[in-house]
Amino acid sequence: MKTDDLISALAADSHIVRAPVSRTAAIAFALGGAASFAMLLAMMGVRPDIADAVATWRFDFKLALAVLAFAIGFTECVRLARPAPSRGPTLLIWVVPALLLGAIGMELAVVPVDDWSTRLLGTNAVACLLAIPSLALAPLAVGLFAMRSGAPRSPTLAGAAIGFASAMLAASLYALHCFDDSPLFVATWYSLASVPIVALGALLGRRLLRW
Amino acid sequence: MLQRPPDLSELMRAATAGDAISYRQVLQALAAWLRPIVQRGLYRAGRGPEDVEDIVQETLLAVHLKRHTWDAREPLEPWVRAIAHHKLVDMLRRRGFHQHLPIEDYFDRLAAQPDASTNATTSDMLSILTPAARQIVESVSMEGRSAREVGDRLGMSEGAVRVALHRALRRLAAAYKRGEA
Repeated sequence: MKTDDLISALAADSHIVRAPVSRTAAIAFALGGAASFAMLLAMMGVRPDIADAVATWRFDFKLALAVLAFAIGFTECVRLARPAPSRGPTLLIWVVPALLLGAIGMELAVVPVDDWSTRLLGTNAVACLLAIPSLALAPLAVGLFAMRSGAPRSPTLAGAAIGFASAMLAASLYALHCFDDSPLFVATWYSLASVPIVALGALLGRRLLRW
Repeated sequence: MLQRPPDLSELMRAATAGDAISYRQVLQALAAWLRPIVQRGLYRAGRGPEDVEDIVQETLLAVHLKRHTWDAREPLEPWVRAIAHHKLVDMLRRRGFHQHLPIEDYFDRLAAQPDASTNATTSDMLSILTPAARQIVESVSMEGRSAREVGDRLGMSEGAVRVALHRALRRLAAAYKRGEA
């Protein structure tokens, strides 16, 4: 086929333009998040003392941090879905760890040393390690499927970003159920729980997001 | 460097807004702009120019199918160059880097300005399509017929022809990716 003929064929197909990747990603995470929220309500439920919890800085911080991390992960998904990604958010990416370190410092300052380990271990670390990856599966699946419309320079990296955003979306939802609000707990277990999802995203992205 | 038209990004913006003539112009300009870039890439990998047109076509196909990943606020060229690089690396990986040929064999051809003629042909990639899909692609491209004309001739609606064309193009891109075309 001559190149000119190919161009004629492409020009004849010019009216079909897919949605921009940002919109595709937004729809995917909205759907995936809705599915996970339904799963949370069906299997775990929101903690009964949620009204009181909202009045504490630890709970608010936990929730806000997870939502912020999701927002950053989401923008990374969109950025990394392009063949020539713009330069990354060099500062933004450090905001979450910096806030977390600050909150840990505050927690260590106000909580007696003897209570540090109980705060760290919380009431149910295992549940956290199981729940966050489980809640992340729906957004991960929908996200990977939807982002096949992208053209990532690195499919592995793009998949990891989808995994991270999915894990943080799951963490934001799980935060509504989880009784452990200490920054020590959140920093340890929420982070550990998202590792397998980021890895799974990278692994699947490498296969599914090739173009 | 070939002289390149002043503003491909502007042309592409018009194209995505639905201007089919701008779209054809931008694709033609990109094909001419890509050839020397791809040729240089192949040369750096120790390869001759025989795959240039294949990679140019694969890149144009990807530009077409992935144009929603272009941020219209950015210039077009870096985005297209990244796609061409991606496709070049893909092709080299498929073929294996081991088949190095001495550069001297190609020196004459490299020194010459790349052949920007539109007559350059590539391997017959349409053979992977079903006969019906192939007929639609050929009628639209080589014979320059409109979707409506093709539909009338084949007893299909105009919309069905457009959908079949789009599917065929996606299938071609997928075949390229698997290294079949």
